[in-house]
Amino acid sequence: MATLVIAEHNNAALGAATLNTVAAAQAIGGDIHLLVAGSNCAAVAEAAARVAGVSKVLVADQAAYAHQLTENLAPLVAALGRDYSHLLAAATTNSKNLLPRVAALLDVEQISEIVKVLAPDTFQRPIYAGNALATVQSLAAIKVITVRGTGFDAVAAEGGTASIETVATVSDAGISRFVGEEIARSERPELTGAKIVVSGGRGMQSGDNFQLLYRVADKLGAAVGASRAAVDAGFVPNDMQVGQTGKIVAPQLYIAVGISGAIQHLAGMKDSRVIVAINKDEEAPIFQVADYGLVGDLFEIVPELERQL
Amino acid sequence: MKILVAVKRVVDYNVKVRVKADHSGVDLANVKMAMNPFCEIAVEEAVRLKEKGIASEIVAVSVGPVAAQEQLRTALALGADRAILVETDEELGSLAVAKLLKAVVDKEQPQLVILGKQAIDSDNNQTGQMLGALTGYAQGTFASKVEIAGDQINVTREIDGGLQTVTLKLPAIVTTDLRLNEPRYASLPNIMKAKKKPLETLTPDALGVSTASTVKTLKVEAPATRSAGIIVKSVAELVEKLKNEAKVI
Repeated sequence: MATLVIAEHNNAALGAATLNTVAAAQAIGGDIHLLVAGSNCAAVAEAAARVAGVSKVLVADQAAYAHQLTENLAPLVAALGRDYSHLLAAATTNSKNLLPRVAALLDVEQISEIVKVLAPDTFQRPIYAGNALATVQSLAAIKVITVRGTGFDAVAAEGGTASIETVATVSDAGISRFVGEEIARSERPELTGAKIVVSGGRGMQSGDNFQLLYRVADKLGAAVGASRAAVDAGFVPNDMQVGQTGKIVAPQLYIAVGISGAIQHLAGMKDSRVIVAINKDEEAPIFQVADYGLVGDLFEIVPELERQL
Repeated sequence: MKILVAVKRVVDYNVKVRVKADHSGVDLANVKMAMNPFCEIAVEEAVRLKEKGIASEIVAVSVGPVAAQEQLRTALALGADRAILVETDEELGSLAVAKLLKAVVDKEQPQLVILGKQAIDSDNNQTGQMLGALTGYAQGTFASKVEIAGDQINVTREIDGGLQTVTLKLPAIVTTDLRLNEPRYASLPNIMKAKKKPLETLTPDALGVSTASTVKTLKVEAPATRSAGIIVKSVAELVEKLKNEAKVI
């Protein structure tokens, strides 16, 4: 039994979500290998070799893999995956795009977003926006799985001494081309890995008003998120959305400001350790999951909070 | 250009589902059903492409029970020209659905297939990508903008860090994200007209597709519930609680 974990990276650095995925692989048991497929990604391969618990790193360094185009990567991962009992990747947009294509090439079913490993073939995963938890058993020859990071504590990024092996296979399907990307640059921590998250909803009324949240976040060293309503209204970009179909977070502290608490938003944050809700409507569903609620005008409360921190 | 758009019948997004007492699944008896919200966005995008004169025909397809005809009629009322139901009473996994859709693609030869990125019941987010593998077509998943340019399609995708744009060769697969468009409501005259549009029924057997599954659901349970905490009176009290009681700041 051996697991191949697909590393999440941007050709320069190893993504933190990879460490949670390796933790899931450890819970399954057996040898753990990491695949780094990219272009000019030697630094990532070296970082991958230092991850605790990994015995081998496979590096496929080719121009065709530079932008993680699935049409090119999926045949490579499927070919390598045949030698493994398990194929794992973090439930990031990148792997959600890639892994089902790999599974179908291997003619096996995929299990999405597991939060617990009960046995090497049995896993727990949320369904219906987290309103139910399913225990599923896979009898597939190769178990293809995406891993929700909040379900597994990250392994140490240092301490491992894996060997590095080069994979020479090039697959370039020639049917897709990378044009460009707009990546939000922020000095604040990444949403999915932050210890504290401050999120704003429709109640913020405008994108400019999010400045109030940024100031609180900076005092706390927190990341800033948003509800779907705030993103749909154009207050903030999509990469800030927390919820069923956005980012799933489980920080130590989640502060929901002007968020009513729709089911799909709760699905993205209800595993947070401590939840604070600030809302003027005392009937808002968010108060039913909040440890501490404060009813009132956020435009008075948030600046006051900033002063008192 | 012909567009195939896939729709799924799911529990209405406003319904809070309950787990069955015997833990065999969620209780779907007498629960309001609807078209999966991401599929509504898929239908809307196809209709907009037809209104722009880019699409010539829209074929809506669903894999599901007889009752999924309702969702296909909705798609027809929104602007699809005809519909195909691949009828099955089994609850199929994404791979089986993708194989059935592949058989329909072979039959219909669309230039573009639009699907929702995920269904709000199983939350799998797999079918479009699997269809990509089975057809060999390129895939533009989690789309927030699509633009046809000759024999290519430019797709702007919602990714973790922001937005990414790719150019794909047609035929291609697109899966929709929330910001692609805002779906319209069907008008009464269009709902009446939709009743007369053609709806063909096929079966997995007739399409020659095996829908056997290797995944067994052993148990479905309710997640641990959070109980409501306390209402604090002031910011000062909140800060004090976070520092001394919860010890998180």
